[in-house]
Amino acid sequence: MAIDQIIVIIVGLGLSVLVAWFFWFSEKKGVKIQSSDSGIQEAVIKVKGGYTPDVLIFEAGKPIKLNFIREETAACSEEVIFSDLGKKATLTPFKTIPLELKIDKPGEYNFQCGMGMLHGKLIIE
Amino acid sequence: MGIHCSSCIPTIESEIKKLPGINFASINIATEKAHIEFSNSEVKTGDIITAIKKAGYQTGHATMNLGIVGMHDASNISQIEDGLKKISGVLSASVDIATGSAIIKYIPGLADINKIKNEIKKLGYDTFDTSGVKSDKVEDSKTGNEEIDENQAAREREYKTLMKKFIFAAVLALPVIFFSYPTVWNLPDQFQMGSPVLRYIWIAMSILSLPVMFWSGSQFYTGAWAGLKNRSANMNTLVATGISAAWLYSFVATYFPSVFPSAELADQFFDVIFVVVALVILGMALEIRAKGKSSEAIKKLMGLQAKTARVLRDGNEIDLPVEEVVLDDIIIVRPGEKIPVDGMIVDGSSSIDESMITGEAIPVEKNVDDEVIGSTINKTGSFRFKATKVGKDTTLSQIIKLVEQAQSSKAPIQKIVDKVSGYFVPGVIIIAILTFVVWYVFGPSPTLVYALITFVTVLVIACPCALGIATPISLMVGVGKGAENGILIRSGDALETAQKLNTIVLDKTGTITEGKPSLTDVITANGFTENDVLLFSASVEKSSEHPLAEAIVNGAKYRSIELKDAQDFNAVPGYGVDADIDGRNILLGNIKMMEKFQIDLGPLEKESAQLADKGKTPMFVAIDNKAAGIIAVADIVKEDSVEAIIQLKKLGLEVVMITGDNTRTANAIAKQVGVDRVLAEVLPEDKALNVRRLQNEGKIVAMVGDGINDAPALAQADIGLAIGTGTDVAIEASDITLIKGSLKGVVLAVQLSRATMKNIKQNLVGAFFYNGLGLPIAAGVFYPFFGLLLSPLLAGAAMAFSYVTVVTNANRLRNFKPKY
Repeated sequence: MAIDQIIVIIVGLGLSVLVAWFFWFSEKKGVKIQSSDSGIQEAVIKVKGGYTPDVLIFEAGKPIKLNFIREETAACSEEVIFSDLGKKATLTPFKTIPLELKIDKPGEYNFQCGMGMLHGKLIIE
Repeated sequence: MGIHCSSCIPTIESEIKKLPGINFASINIATEKAHIEFSNSEVKTGDIITAIKKAGYQTGHATMNLGIVGMHDASNISQIEDGLKKISGVLSASVDIATGSAIIKYIPGLADINKIKNEIKKLGYDTFDTSGVKSDKVEDSKTGNEEIDENQAAREREYKTLMKKFIFAAVLALPVIFFSYPTVWNLPDQFQMGSPVLRYIWIAMSILSLPVMFWSGSQFYTGAWAGLKNRSANMNTLVATGISAAWLYSFVATYFPSVFPSAELADQFFDVIFVVVALVILGMALEIRAKGKSSEAIKKLMGLQAKTARVLRDGNEIDLPVEEVVLDDIIIVRPGEKIPVDGMIVDGSSSIDESMITGEAIPVEKNVDDEVIGSTINKTGSFRFKATKVGKDTTLSQIIKLVEQAQSSKAPIQKIVDKVSGYFVPGVIIIAILTFVVWYVFGPSPTLVYALITFVTVLVIACPCALGIATPISLMVGVGKGAENGILIRSGDALETAQKLNTIVLDKTGTITEGKPSLTDVITANGFTENDVLLFSASVEKSSEHPLAEAIVNGAKYRSIELKDAQDFNAVPGYGVDADIDGRNILLGNIKMMEKFQIDLGPLEKESAQLADKGKTPMFVAIDNKAAGIIAVADIVKEDSVEAIIQLKKLGLEVVMITGDNTRTANAIAKQVGVDRVLAEVLPEDKALNVRRLQNEGKIVAMVGDGINDAPALAQADIGLAIGTGTDVAIEASDITLIKGSLKGVVLAVQLSRATMKNIKQNLVGAFFYNGLGLPIAAGVFYPFFGLLLSPLLAGAAMAFSYVTVVTNANRLRNFKPKY
């Protein structure tokens, strides 16, 4: 086996492991949202090819307000769906669309775009 | 607003009267309204409002957000603001040139939208509606219409942009393809590999490829980058990686061909970039078009909302935006008009087309005290009604909310898909890398070219989108279609379970039957006439509130019999009643009653048994101790129950009837409607238990009931179908609500759920099959056996085609027609 082939094999396997680690196994850090004086836990989520931030940590039992700002017109992110909570919002581009929630039960609640391509998560503590 | 005591009145009145030009001011504390007469030339409405505020009170007003076209600089602002403030009834106007809109506060009734728009037009500007009108009194009443329009417009813009990007890439792709395959087209020598002319063409291609990648294909890069930041990968990641790799290789081949060990390796793949970008963008554009159609149902629902209402306030008819209608407002509706909110008719009658809500094509006759549903259309007469539900409480708003909730829910089948798609994109990237390695190490020469082609092809052919949208898009169309036909499906879960049903339990009263007894037979004896029998029994029952009594009284009224007053009324519990009318003694009751008074029934006894066998409730009538006849009442079967049950059986469902009635009556009804299995004499609280017993037999059971009495049974069943009546659509215990009180809805719900699930499965099978087959072909798995290898160009076309197919297939559901 030629040296270039060995290099390609090693680099290829290395890249595969890196891809797997990067997308599947690396720890994602959540953003902890503090509640305001009025007791509302308010966060702004930017929607552009993904949700930023995409993991948000809230306290249970307190009202949550998520302000989605969709900074793109790509149709994929047109809707945001909280299927565990039965909530859905249509995100008009370049507008702040608020979504109000109150979750009493601690746990993880996923949200995603209408096509299931973009993902995010609420962690309720 | 804010007037609490009569002592406040003089304060406000005197404050108003201080203004010049006020002729009269009087305040009504009950209605919290001021009646003011003033001369328009001396005083402005705004001044009066200021005076009231000065006295410490608020005035009710509405706020309107209006878009204005044609403003160029700051001077326009004051011109428009001043113009608007001149209109009487406008309290304030604030124009924002940046957003091109104005926020206008005004008093409805004094000023209205048209007046305001006209004024702006007079000043030389055009207007468009943005967020509509919001009233201070009714919050949260936004109809959603404007939002839908806005999204529609955004989608249209996106479509146009994508088409421009597509055309740009596609037009450039043509010459690029031409010069990329000189041998295929048999071009002269100067265009063949290695010629200096061709090298210049390559340089041109490398330059032209930049706008194609970074303008036409910009969203692949922004999307991929955003995903990368979140450590997630999507379709954009795949396309961006694929075309970047192709570009990098081609770039080196064009500018530094000596890097490659052999000349044949120094080939370019710019054509891949042009074609893949063009095709994937085209796919996205087509998908936007198709997707717009899928969400049509909810758009239609929102479009049903009436925009204005003619409200009677202080004796005046005023046209108000529907958001400003408050509870107990009296609203006037003329023929051909849309009913703005839910309410109850107080005056007049009409026939109303409720098809948009119930799916029932035949207009319904409505009289005083009948409920009317907002957004339905008044056909023939004029009437006035009192608003009982406004804003987000109206039937239509609730339906929209339910439909949106259901559309956002997940069908259980989706959970498997979610698991797969979580691993899909990174998995494809890994497959692509491994494909490269295998082709490089084991592939035929030139290995690097083959490795690159297969790497790019694998990335481009994978279509996570087809997988991602397969379920939600069908669910959206299916649930929307249900709403159009008066069937509200609460969740994807309900839809998926509904197609697995094999047993349907129907509550008898109110579901199969009307739920209200009515007079069915009058039998006479001993020379008495039908008129006598009915007159006396109805007169006796006149004061009773028992439902059976009501049926007899209504029966008499229907035959225009005038009732008389009864004296010495004596109810014998468990037997019947005894009373005197016009000096004659009347006995009305069951056979025990007749035995008690030793009445000779003769042939009547047999006739009574026959009536009971038919599920009717017979009552004997005796006049002056002589048997006069039999009155029979029964809860009659709804018109279409028989047909619906036949259809349910045709769908392969076992139909079971459940009732608290005695076995004889129950069997009689069952025979009449064709139900084979009857659960009779079931106490209301045991209905749930009986449903569970059926489930223990291994059956998947749907319970159909009225939603109130049957709530526990509805909850126990795998699917609870509530038969709604009128405006109460948000029945908690049910999985599916049928707005129209007909069993046909059950048939339709089952048919629709089956059609939707079939559609979802087709989509999923298609998407899995496509990816499952496409990926190995692209990776060149079949190359050693059949010499089969895909070009990245074909992969791009296949990918674009695959997800347009999914959306198109889901849209076929829009043609769902109940098979009836």
